[in-house]
Amino acid sequence: MSRLRIALVGAPNSGKSTLFNGLTGGRAKVANYSGVTVETRTGSLRTPGGTEIDLIDLPGIYGLKARSTDERIAIDLLCNGRDGEAAPDGMLVLIDAAHLRTHLHTVLQMRAIGRPMIVVLNMIDLAERDGLKIDIERLQTELGVPVVTARATRATGRADLLACLDAETASWHERSTAAENTVCTTDTDLSALQREAREIANKAILFEPVMNRLTRQVDNFVLHPVAGPIILSALLFFMFQAVYSWSGPFMDALEAGAAGLGQLAGYVLPAGWFHDLIVDGIIAGVGSVVVFLPQIVILFLFILALEASGYMARAAVLMDELMLRVGLNGRAFIPLLSSFACAIPGMMSARTIDNERDRLTTIMVAPLMTCSARLPVYTLIIGAFIPPDAVGPFNLQGIVMFGLYLTGVVSAVTVAFVLKRTVTKGTNQVLIMELPTYKLPNPRDFFLSLWGHVSAFLKRAGTIILTTSIILWFLASYPSSAATLRDSYAGQIGSILEKLLAPIGFNLEIAIALVPGMAAREVAVGALGTVYAIQGGEENVEGLASALQGAWSLPTALAFLAWYVFAPQCFATLATARRETNSWAWTGFMFSYLMVLAYVAAGATFHIATWLGL
Amino acid sequence: MTLDQLEKGRICRVTGFVSGREDLVIKLREIGFAESDEVELMHRGPLGANPLCFRLNRTLIALRSDEARAIQVDAPE
Repeated sequence: MSRLRIALVGAPNSGKSTLFNGLTGGRAKVANYSGVTVETRTGSLRTPGGTEIDLIDLPGIYGLKARSTDERIAIDLLCNGRDGEAAPDGMLVLIDAAHLRTHLHTVLQMRAIGRPMIVVLNMIDLAERDGLKIDIERLQTELGVPVVTARATRATGRADLLACLDAETASWHERSTAAENTVCTTDTDLSALQREAREIANKAILFEPVMNRLTRQVDNFVLHPVAGPIILSALLFFMFQAVYSWSGPFMDALEAGAAGLGQLAGYVLPAGWFHDLIVDGIIAGVGSVVVFLPQIVILFLFILALEASGYMARAAVLMDELMLRVGLNGRAFIPLLSSFACAIPGMMSARTIDNERDRLTTIMVAPLMTCSARLPVYTLIIGAFIPPDAVGPFNLQGIVMFGLYLTGVVSAVTVAFVLKRTVTKGTNQVLIMELPTYKLPNPRDFFLSLWGHVSAFLKRAGTIILTTSIILWFLASYPSSAATLRDSYAGQIGSILEKLLAPIGFNLEIAIALVPGMAAREVAVGALGTVYAIQGGEENVEGLASALQGAWSLPTALAFLAWYVFAPQCFATLATARRETNSWAWTGFMFSYLMVLAYVAAGATFHIATWLGL
Repeated sequence: MTLDQLEKGRICRVTGFVSGREDLVIKLREIGFAESDEVELMHRGPLGANPLCFRLNRTLIALRSDEARAIQVDAPE
C-alpha cells in the first residue's frame, strides 16, 4: 500500500508546525505569532498501528479565499496540488481550542473541500486552564467528522491523535481516489458557514470565560498608548546593550583560546608553508570569526524570546502607525524585525503581506536591517577604535553599536518611504491581525531553534570562511618572490579595487578583504584576520584588533562601519531576493542602490571625520 | 453605529457589515467577525490612535479604525 499523504491545515498560529515537529521529529521553525510558516514542508511518520504517512505542513489559512503568497501556497496544494505535487489524501485540521468559537468556521470551510479529515483541538491544556469547557462528543456529532484533543508539544498530548489516525485512515486510500476529481470550490457562502459554526459552538461549548487573564493584564502595559512604545524602545535598546556587554568575558576567553591555539601550532609545526597556512590562514581567519559566537547566541536568545512569547505581534501593532506614515503597515514590521537575525527569513516572511507592492518594498529594505552577520564586523571595529567610556549608565561602545542599528532602521524607513512614493506606489493595505495569547516558550523548541542558528553560524565558519581563508592565504602569500602584500596575487587584484575605494578612505587590505566578503559579511573579518596575520609575521601576537589599531586611522575605521551598514555583501541575500521577487531587475536594483548608499555613506563619513580632525 | 465608534471598556455585538467593501468584509469574516459575536475595545494604539485592539469572543484582533468602520454593531450595553 502506498504512503498516505496528509496535510496539516488550520488558522495561523494554531500549532501546525509544532505538531509537525512533534510527529515527524522535524525542525520546522515555530513561534507564537501568525505567519511563521510561509512554505510547505514534508516529513514522514509511522503510526503505532503501522500506517506510513507523509505529513505536509502548510502556511496558516483562515479560509479558502487566498490573497497573500503564503496563503496561495496552502490553498493551491490543498485543492488542486501544486508544483507537480498532488493534492493530499486527507487533512488534519487544527484549531486552537481557546479560540474555538472564532475559528470554527475555518473547519467548516475545510470540510467543504470534501476530503477525509480529522479535527484536532490543539492546546487543549491551555484552554482548559482558562476554564473553557468543551463537549467533544457533541462537537464530533455536530461536525460529522472525528474530533480529538491534543497538546502538540508533548508526546502524551499526541497519543490520542495517533490512535485516531490508525482508526480512521484505513479507508482514506479508497476515499481519496474517489475525491481525486473533486474541484475545490472557494465560493462557499461565508456568512452561512459562520452561522452554522456559531450554532455548533453554542451547542458544544459548555462554559466560556471571557479571555485569558494574563494576556489581558500584560497587554494593559505592553499595549498602553504611552507606556507601550517606551517599553518597546527600552527592550530593543537593552537587547543591543546586552549583546555587547554580556558577551565580553566569553569573547575574551575565546580570543585567548584562539591565540593560544595559534601559538601552540606555531611551536609544534616546523617553519614552512604548512605552518603559515595553519597559523596565518586557518587559525587567524576562522578564529577571528568564531570568537563572535557569544554575541550571536545572545542576539538569538533575545529574538527567539520575543518570537516565542507572543510579543512580536504587539511590536507590530505599536509600530503600525509609524509604518503607515512610511507607506507600509504594521505587518511589515515582523519581517523587518526578523531581519535583525538574517535578511533571508525576513524576506521570506514578507510573503504574509497580501499587498504585492508592500511585499516588494519590504523585501527591498530588509537588507538594511542589521543582520547578525554584521555583528562580528561591528564588534571588531568598535572594540579596536571606540574607547569603552561610561556615558551615564551606558557604555560608549554599546551606544555606537546601537547607533549603527538605528542608522540601518532609519535608512530602511527612508528608502521604503521613497519607494512607496515612486516605483511601488499603490493603495494602502488594511491591517487585520490576530494577537496571540502570551505563552511561556517550550524549552525544547526554544533551545533547538537556538542551536539551529548557532550551528548555522559555526557551519559557515567551518565551510565558507575556512575555504576563503585558505584561498586568501595562498593569494596573499604567493608568489614567494613577493616581498610585500602589494606584490602578492591578492595585492595585485586588490590594487585594482583600491583605486576605486581610496576616495572613501579604504586601504589595500580592506580592498582585498571586501572581495571574499561578498560571500557573507563576517567573511571580511576572517579575511582581515588572514591578511594582517601574514603582514604582521612574528610580532603580531596581540590579535586582529591591535593590528587594526596600528594600521587604520579612525576616519578609515568609521568609514568601514558606515560601509557595512549598507553594503549588499551577501550572495545568499541577493539569491533570495531573486527568488522572492522573481525578477532580475528588482534584484539588480537592490544591489545597486545598496552599493551606492554604502559608497556615499563611507565616503561622507571618512571626509567628515577627517575634517573634524578625528 | 460602526465598530470604530466603540468606547474602551464597552461591549457590543456585531449586527452586520457595510456594503461596497466586499474584499475587506471577506477578510474580516475569515479572521472571525460574524453576526451576533461579542466585541470589546481593549486597547488603543500609541498616543490613543490607531490601531485598535478588539476582543472578539475570546480572541484579540488588531484593526485600524478604517477597517473597524466596515463592521456594524448595536449600541453597547
